[in-house]
Amino acid sequence: MSNKLIEIAVTVNGKSLERRVPPRMLLSDFLRHELHLTGTHVGCEHGVCGACNVEVDGKTARSCLMFAVQAEGAIINTVESLGTIAKLHPLQQAFWEKHGLQCGFCTPGMLMTAKELLAANPNPTREEVTEAISGNLCRCTGYQTIVDAVMSAAEAMRNSEVTPS
Amino acid sequence: MKPAPFEYVRPGTLEEALRLLAEQSGEAKLIAGGQSLVPMMNFRLARPELLIDINSLAALDYHRRDGDVLAIGALARHATLSASALVRSLCPLVTEAYRHVAHGTVRNRGTLCGNLCHADPASEMPAVMLVLGATLVLRSARGERRVAASDFFTGLYSTVVKPDEMLIEVRIPVTAVSCGHGFAEVSARKGDYAMTLVASTLDIRGGRIYAAALAYAGVSDRALRMVALESRLVSQVPSQALFNEVAEAAAHSIDVGEDQHADRAYRSDLIRTLTPRALAQAAASIAT
Repeated sequence: MSNKLIEIAVTVNGKSLERRVPPRMLLSDFLRHELHLTGTHVGCEHGVCGACNVEVDGKTARSCLMFAVQAEGAIINTVESLGTIAKLHPLQQAFWEKHGLQCGFCTPGMLMTAKELLAANPNPTREEVTEAISGNLCRCTGYQTIVDAVMSAAEAMRNSEVTPS
Repeated sequence: MKPAPFEYVRPGTLEEALRLLAEQSGEAKLIAGGQSLVPMMNFRLARPELLIDINSLAALDYHRRDGDVLAIGALARHATLSASALVRSLCPLVTEAYRHVAHGTVRNRGTLCGNLCHADPASEMPAVMLVLGATLVLRSARGERRVAASDFFTGLYSTVVKPDEMLIEVRIPVTAVSCGHGFAEVSARKGDYAMTLVASTLDIRGGRIYAAALAYAGVSDRALRMVALESRLVSQVPSQALFNEVAEAAAHSIDVGEDQHADRAYRSDLIRTLTPRALAQAAASIAT
């Protein structure tokens, strides 16, 4: 039974990288342990909690349900791609302002899932937000304020959009 | 919560994938979306020695009309199928049932064919395939065979797929215009596997039921199509009383299982409650 390493080339948060990984390494562990991108959280490791959601080729994926070898050639964005301390992403700003987190464990997955929702649907209803985050568990059960935050971010993002002349 | 070591290959053609399956010496597994397989590997309930990743076989990522059939390829993702106008127009029950299938992020990667091969007893799509009379196309290096959905599922997480075979296409007959569809499910949380679900179609002509299909999941070791109950519906005038009678008969005739989520009595009650809902929805959904 082999632990033979396989060479992969991926683009993570805009940086092209090459690494050698064993096939059994989960994408979540690759991001955290190999790339030290610890913003992606690992909750359940069987695809239930959504804390490890990242963007793979433009769509969210459970990074605990993908092997790093499968990411060969992929473009991956993690929560670290969103904003900086000095310049938060509108979603991060709204989660802060609307108390969209208590312990913060589910937050990276919530943010990446909400980003996917707002890209497809910039003006969602509360029901649509609830549906979108239904695969993300908040262990503090702070769902109401998470929905508030996503609604608030959606509005901020709509208002900040430059209308094409 | 980490999978056991395995070898990994990513074939570039279907022929190569089938050759790898045929030549395996130990246990090989195909991986498409991996949304059921990887959790089982993480728990070490599955320990394949070789993982054959079919995600490069882009030619299998399709769904299209083929005569009187909706043909869905091995790499068609749940997210694509659930949003497809073609699927909605040809087989609306599939679209309806997708409202209950997992969550957006899981649907992004998960595939219909992978879901059917996983054969979870509480999954939506096996019941839908039974009701719609789908045919599953299995290919191996030895050749190809077609299996009716009613012969495909053999038990808990079990199907007729042989170790060297791959489910390459699902073929679903296009739903007749005179045919309505209904789907009702109760699960602990949105997107979870069903405690009980009911899928049905009713073909109503001249005010009477011309043909009926009724299937359940979440109640036994596999999805069940209830042919004897369907015959009770045929040639009757659809009514709430008739649907209640069939629901009662279903609750009596299904030997329901129980688990930590729901005991037998509760599951039987769900059958009594959800059956008339699904049938009434089917009757009401017929285009007039």
